[in-house]
Amino acid sequence: MESFISVKNVSFSYGKDTVLDNISLEIEKGKFTALLGHNGCGKSTMAKLFNALLLPDKGTISVDGIVPETEDEVYEIRKKVGLVLQNPDNQLVATIVEEDVAFGCENLGVNPREIRERVDKALKAVNMYEYRRHAPHKLSGGQKQRVAIAGIIAMQPECIVLDEPTAMLDPQGRKEVTDTIRFLNREYGITIILITHYMDEAVLADRVIVMDKGSILTQGNPSEVFSQAELLREHSLDIPQSAQLIHMLKKNGIKTDTLPLKPDECIRLLEEMLAGTDFRLC
Amino acid sequence: MIRDITLGQFFPGTSVIHKADPRVKIVLVTAYIIFLFVTGNFVSLVFMVAVVLLGVIMTGIPVKMYFRGLKPVVMILIFTSVLNIFYGKGEAIWQWQFLKITWNGISNAAFVSIRIIALILISCILTYTTSPTDLTDALERLMKPLKVFHIKVHEIAMMMTIALRFIPTLLEETEKITNAQKSRGADMESGNIVQRLKAMIPVLVPLFVSSFNRAYELAVAMECRCYRGGDGRTRMKVLKTGARDAGLIIFSVFVLVGVILCNVMFSEMIVK
Amino acid sequence: MNIIEAKHLTYKYGAGTPFEKTAVSDISFSIEKGEFIGIIGHTGSGKSTLMQMLNGLIRPDSGEILLDGENIWKKPKEIRKVRFRVGMVFQYPEYQLFEDTVYSDIAYGAVNKGISGQELDKTVRNAAEFAGLPDNLLEKSPFELSGGEKRRAAIAGIMAMQPEVLVLDEPTAGLDPMGREFLLSKIREYHRKNGNTVILVSHSMEDIAKISDRVIVMNKGRLEMYDTTENVFSQGERLKQTGLKIPEITYIMNMLSDRGYGVKKGILTVEEAVRELLPLLKKF
Repeated sequence: MESFISVKNVSFSYGKDTVLDNISLEIEKGKFTALLGHNGCGKSTMAKLFNALLLPDKGTISVDGIVPETEDEVYEIRKKVGLVLQNPDNQLVATIVEEDVAFGCENLGVNPREIRERVDKALKAVNMYEYRRHAPHKLSGGQKQRVAIAGIIAMQPECIVLDEPTAMLDPQGRKEVTDTIRFLNREYGITIILITHYMDEAVLADRVIVMDKGSILTQGNPSEVFSQAELLREHSLDIPQSAQLIHMLKKNGIKTDTLPLKPDECIRLLEEMLAGTDFRLC
Repeated sequence: MIRDITLGQFFPGTSVIHKADPRVKIVLVTAYIIFLFVTGNFVSLVFMVAVVLLGVIMTGIPVKMYFRGLKPVVMILIFTSVLNIFYGKGEAIWQWQFLKITWNGISNAAFVSIRIIALILISCILTYTTSPTDLTDALERLMKPLKVFHIKVHEIAMMMTIALRFIPTLLEETEKITNAQKSRGADMESGNIVQRLKAMIPVLVPLFVSSFNRAYELAVAMECRCYRGGDGRTRMKVLKTGARDAGLIIFSVFVLVGVILCNVMFSEMIVK
Repeated sequence: MNIIEAKHLTYKYGAGTPFEKTAVSDISFSIEKGEFIGIIGHTGSGKSTLMQMLNGLIRPDSGEILLDGENIWKKPKEIRKVRFRVGMVFQYPEYQLFEDTVYSDIAYGAVNKGISGQELDKTVRNAAEFAGLPDNLLEKSPFELSGGEKRRAAIAGIMAMQPEVLVLDEPTAGLDPMGREFLLSKIREYHRKNGNTVILVSHSMEDIAKISDRVIVMNKGRLEMYDTTENVFSQGERLKQTGLKIPEITYIMNMLSDRGYGVKKGILTVEEAVRELLPLLKKF
């Protein structure tokens, strides 16, 4: 698989606080990767390194083969990697939705007619087209966050990094945002890096990287990661309740090889197990 | 609630004035204000008033809204009128000790008041029919030539846009913090002025802190979206002047000629 | 004994303007002293209006709220007194911190209430302990604390007022799982040790399920349900219609029950589910 972002032996510190300690990881092109961990584990710093807002103290990061050394290279990387932040209120610049979406394109110097096309397309992609003339402060959290995402996709990046985009949203808003992210990943093939501490969001990803205290705790596909219930528990990380249930049943001597991560998979598995017992009883 | 206050009081509409290019509107309003100070006698003033009233009617916005716009200047109007009435020259028609009222004073007061009212009305027409975004946008484009003098036109306009964007957010936040402090027993409704100002501290400190955070985060977000100042930037919206604007300009030229003619023809009536 | 009794509460925003919107209408319920109540409802269901009515920040257009049997709006000029008795922790309360030290910030509400001297010191330190703030943080500036600590300092500020009823709006919003778990355990401990009434408003069904005795469900400005936590969460379909999701584990068990397996509905924790399932699975 082709690697889009490649992080090699990266360390970073704010003054005396070491935030990242000799980290290496690969982000695959076109994949949906979730970065999981506690507040202060270094995942937000990681996000800012991905689009060259910060540069590593040690080690290298290359994005699509570019290593940010000169100002032009930094700019190239920002065009390729968009960043959506946590607080939906603090990243919208303009007083009208469509003008905000246009902001990034305007900075890139795209010609007006093309900006118009890109803005309309981006707003349709996040399902906010009918709100294009609204004022951002009248929108709900989920809608604001979708406008912020539209502002990034109008710049036509290859990768979007989202730094806890749902932390301040209600369940409805969270669903709107995760649905949008998955749609963009599936339909447009945009590489997605979702930084979150919600396990049910991490389950949606192709690949999960768990960080703890500035280094990588474990990584793999969701079922590989969440099968390590003990390790995650030791670091006070949750696992989805479905996985937790099966895990605890296993500990009590019930045998099964599968680990369901979503409730419907879990129900199916339990039904099979219960049906099995019924069969035996007959 | 606080957040329902519309700032700049923009009333969306479809009138000729609404649809006109905001740059043209700004230029014409500026021109009108200059004419207003050029008018020297009542005939041309009446002429100017007629023009502004015509504008008011053309916007199709209820006249009530214009009265509301005049409210804040009522005190200024009374103050200047009183000053003018007592400072007139010529024969007194009423006198009490050093205070005297003259015909000249009364006419001066009327003249100045009408001028102020016309000034407010024309500004209302501009802000009522133009969205704040269009206004800042137009200002930025109009001020472009000032770049020669190293004035950061783009940055000024950007600041205005961000201010407009965040005023409602900050108002909402003020309301939230006020409620939170009231819940901690803060008493903001009673006491003398010093006590009341002191009671504002628990609201102001958090508001400043959060504004700084917002500013920082916004700067990061702008940098992420490749913002590098005004150079090499394009705009989605292209302002175009059309026949409508040409019409407005021609009309204004007539007004100018009219004012000059009135001034010349009725020069003996000039109020001094 | 009822600590709070709400009778036919109705409130409209922007009454008399074109923006008029009914926030809550005809809500009646009562809360017993020492209960732990959860309030759920999607955004715009009227739950924050309801909350703000409980401590007199919003005055209902009609209806009345009895606190310990007395109408809180009997003497409108003394509404401040009600705010000390019904302590309100807003969403993201860390934004209300403003004093030089954490200690004086926690003390702010208590001082306003008129507590002073040794009693003040005692209540501040007690509240800090309840909120899980170690002593060495008290002399720091609140702005030096971490996000989670700020949140707890703000909550301590309300606890220090010694309210009879503590209302918390989304206290765990934006915290990570560890911070969420810690804060919830602290709130539970506060409730257990003090025996005070606690009202928790939350979007997190998992949190509500773990902690509350009874649950109020708000929908479109009305009181949709008010029942024990088990009973509310066993009605998954009805909650879904009001735009709410039940906890994952509750959903799984409800579905199994609906499909004819002999398990209980309204299961709230994974441990409970395991206890319920094991006998069935071990039958053979």
